[in-house]
Amino acid sequence: MKPIILQGHERSLTQIVFNAEGDLLFSASKDSVVNAWYTSNGERLGTFGGIKGDGGHNGTVWTVAVDSQSRFLVTGAADNTMKLWDISTGKCLRTWEFLTAVKRVAWNEDDDTILSITEQRQGQPSVIRIFPINREDPTSQTDTPLTEMRLTGSKATVALFAPVSDYVITGHESGKVAKYDVKTGEEVNFVDDAHRGEITDIQLSPDGTYFITSSKDKTARLFDSETLEEMKVYTTETPLNSACIAPLRPYIILGGGQDAMSVTTTSSRAGKFESRFWHKLFEEEVGRVKGHFGPINTLAVHPQGRAYASGAEDGFVRVHWFDESYFRSRPFGDLEPEVEV
Amino acid sequence: MSAAEQINGFSEEEELDLQAELEEGYADIEERYAVDTQQGFENVLVIDNIPIIDEGKKQRLVDRLRQLFAKAGAAIEEENISMPWDDSAATNKGFIFLTYPDAQQAENALRVLDGTAFGKNVLYVNRFGDIERYANMPVGEGELPTGWKEKPYVEKDHLRSWLGDNAGRDQYLTFRDTDVSIWWNGRNGVAEPVKGADGKPLKNSKWGELYLQWSPLGTYLASLHRVGVALWSGPKLDGPIGVNVLRFTHPGVRLIQFSPCENYLVTWSDEPLENYENHSIAALRETFGPEDEGNHFVVWDVKSTRVLRTFPADKPAGANADEASRMAWPVFKWSPDDAYIARCNVGTGISVYELPSMGLLDKKSIKIEGVQDFEWCPMSDKDHAAKKDGKGKECMIAFWTPEVPNQPARVNLMAIPSRTILRSKNLFNVTDCKFYWQSQGDFLCVKVDRHARKAKSKKATFCNLELFRVREKDYPVEVIEFKDYVPQFAWEPAGTRFAMVSSNDPNFGQAIPGVVVKYNIDFYQLDPKKGDFTAIKHLDGKIANTLVWAPKGRHIALATIGSSTKFDIEFWDLDFTVDERREGSEPGANVTMLGTGEHYGVTDIAWDPSGRYIATSASSWRSSPEPGYCIWDFKGQQLAHEPKDRFKQFLWRPRPATLLSKDQIKKVRKELKEFSRQFDEEDAAEENRGSAEKLAQRQREISEWNAWRARNNKRIDEERKSRGKERKVQEKVEEEEKVEEWVEELIDETEEVVVG
Repeated sequence: MKPIILQGHERSLTQIVFNAEGDLLFSASKDSVVNAWYTSNGERLGTFGGIKGDGGHNGTVWTVAVDSQSRFLVTGAADNTMKLWDISTGKCLRTWEFLTAVKRVAWNEDDDTILSITEQRQGQPSVIRIFPINREDPTSQTDTPLTEMRLTGSKATVALFAPVSDYVITGHESGKVAKYDVKTGEEVNFVDDAHRGEITDIQLSPDGTYFITSSKDKTARLFDSETLEEMKVYTTETPLNSACIAPLRPYIILGGGQDAMSVTTTSSRAGKFESRFWHKLFEEEVGRVKGHFGPINTLAVHPQGRAYASGAEDGFVRVHWFDESYFRSRPFGDLEPEVEV
Repeated sequence: MSAAEQINGFSEEEELDLQAELEEGYADIEERYAVDTQQGFENVLVIDNIPIIDEGKKQRLVDRLRQLFAKAGAAIEEENISMPWDDSAATNKGFIFLTYPDAQQAENALRVLDGTAFGKNVLYVNRFGDIERYANMPVGEGELPTGWKEKPYVEKDHLRSWLGDNAGRDQYLTFRDTDVSIWWNGRNGVAEPVKGADGKPLKNSKWGELYLQWSPLGTYLASLHRVGVALWSGPKLDGPIGVNVLRFTHPGVRLIQFSPCENYLVTWSDEPLENYENHSIAALRETFGPEDEGNHFVVWDVKSTRVLRTFPADKPAGANADEASRMAWPVFKWSPDDAYIARCNVGTGISVYELPSMGLLDKKSIKIEGVQDFEWCPMSDKDHAAKKDGKGKECMIAFWTPEVPNQPARVNLMAIPSRTILRSKNLFNVTDCKFYWQSQGDFLCVKVDRHARKAKSKKATFCNLELFRVREKDYPVEVIEFKDYVPQFAWEPAGTRFAMVSSNDPNFGQAIPGVVVKYNIDFYQLDPKKGDFTAIKHLDGKIANTLVWAPKGRHIALATIGSSTKFDIEFWDLDFTVDERREGSEPGANVTMLGTGEHYGVTDIAWDPSGRYIATSASSWRSSPEPGYCIWDFKGQQLAHEPKDRFKQFLWRPRPATLLSKDQIKKVRKELKEFSRQFDEEDAAEENRGSAEKLAQRQREISEWNAWRARNNKRIDEERKSRGKERKVQEKVEEEEKVEEWVEELIDETEEVVVG
């Protein structure tokens, strides 16, 4: 499983996503550029905002999301803007401006709505806004959100649309997981002590019925999307920055490492910068993949489960295509859950 | 001032008061001004057991007593001695009163005089006040002294029940954050929590306060707390206080040490004991008396949890506070049979106390000018048995004195209690001596760190090993000289071999980051024919700096501990044989490395009591970069690796000596195949059962998961349908798209000029 190393960013990675077919990978980084890559060979397809003055971001790009048809890309950045891009041309179609940085964006499953989380800062509360997207005439988008949820209490750090897109599921700085109604903006369900530290990532299962959260409290947890009931807990010995659920095989992938601030210079081993594979059901670690020399900030898995990619503080993205043995191996004998794709 | 004047001096009001008081009656006043028999006599002592003499010898007796008192440091004038006289018998009554100028001096005299020998008589000294107090104690007539609490008898839980494990497994303790767990170490590193009768794992939130320690035979688990020490025993390691839980109150306790047979305990606190007479905590009031004030060491009797004696700290912390803080522990050293406890008063002598009275042996310390350190000689199982039959030899200590002008440094072996010097050996150019007794007391190695003859600084640069063969007549000594410094030495437990680490690396002793110091490791063996020690194996350029022998000998682990870059562990077997014929060829031929391992961040290493497993642990107390622990077998195969955040302690539970006789052990060895067959079957069954349990658990998890998924899928499909949406059917992964890549590579380019 020789990784393909994508060296196109000058600063650390913030989020990476595969498109629905898994042939493209989009990476956002602190160097204010978003790159698109061919996953098969690591060639760069293009950039979004690479050249100054073409409508690119002017600050750390915190988040990136791609629609299921690979037509549009949404990005959010520290320059207090959210942008909509045409993937095929690389042109910025629309820019929304806010009062604070945009920390997270996500598409719903019908590709007609997006959400954005803005940072809590300078007296501004953390706000989740839902925008409709006009797919027919992409340059004319509305400025007024469908719903605006001004959060009280702990700020939201991550969010996604629950299946059928009636609800938004959020992860908070305090470790809370909550569910909001998209139409009314009301909090319909919450688990206050889901985690004991900041929630750093949230990713949905292939069919959307459950999701995984990673946290600074060194655990990752699996929740039921409907009830927010905790299904599984994966306890590691390092703060986690990202977690994802692998299709085809019953594994989840976790990534993290010591904080960049507290990383010692002695050895990369002390930092625990490996991607960890855990068995989704038995809550046991089954393997690790080394390679990064900084904490892993973001993980993404190929939608058909053929590969996974990790982006780290060291500025590299590593794309790993799984070997044949990965699909064949049965570390727990004949015990295998039903396959889901 | 007379009474009349006093009354005249009163004001009118006061006179009225006085009048009223008088009217109330004298009873009150009497009570208030009653003479306390104990007060006013603090400076008076009663000495009992004085020889009975007649008038003629009275003066001589008084003079002799005064001499004795002066010698003991409690001099007294003749007029302050009063000797009650029995006129009818014309003799004294056998006791005298001493009146000292103040209470302080009397207290001192009490301490130094009590129990001293006067001729054939032993003098008993008491406070004058105590006589009356104890005489007036409400005893007799079925009445019990005040403060007596009747305690119902409670049956003790079995103290050694853990040894009855069917599989003969050992226990170990792990301490993480504030969480203490106790485990059975199963085959192949499979850990199983030790459970109580209720089937729940043993847990106690009180254990994780400071740190923990097992007693030397594994009977008690000692937990240290800010207020004292608690010992936990029995199958639950818990139970009623005073029965299976023993408490020893000692505020600020930091270090503890059990006696080898677990009868006694020494505790040390860096806070001096205070006067607890009026303290709010009853335990403190009852445990310590005023004479314990200011002391740091407490010697306890374990079973009764009573204080036997307290001692002050060694040196007053002050100018050399730094040195004092690095106090060498143990300060008190126990003889191997729990008969004595001794302490070295550096430079002046060794104080040996008898147990359980805690009185000085023969009433005085052993005076040894310049003594630096000493160690008790351990006893073999045979010695212990002999001692039980009352036929044992005397105990033995080894001590050394440094060089002074015109006198060489000297190592001595001394018998206790007779104080006979059994062997003495002179040494020259000595910087320091360290004693290493073989575990059965057969051999003593004195590692002598030496400096060059004319060297100005007394820094040790090379080393001698002085090997005493203690079981042979006249204690022959063999000297092995080295040109290098020897930082580590270790005897094979109960064996005739030893291993040592030496280093001639110029970087030794300097902490240069990134530089790995190289060591040489040597193995020596007692040659049975010649009777002296010969080198059998030399290993060059090793990075291991720590030697750990397996408790039954033969196997040794060489570890690199304390380095910031290397964490290697090597597993060696000294008697590795593939075929029997090679055995006995040449002594070093069978020394073989079985395996190597690495435990990143290791800080501690320990064999289990059986010598089959070894645990390496990384403690967050020593700021290890990756706290946690590993368990290995003796071959160096890693069986378990448990990285745990904030991991602190790993402790194997020790075992008492085996109850099998030598013959029984021999029989088991001989018929090992027979014996092991039965266990092989059990092992196989165990393995199946273990995996079956796990399998069932996993199967359950899978079926639960599948059921939940099916439910959820159904629900979400219905929901989608109700909205007229189709479930997005992921098209069957279409035939893998082949991405063909054309790569053109220019291999060579040459330009040729074609001349037309």
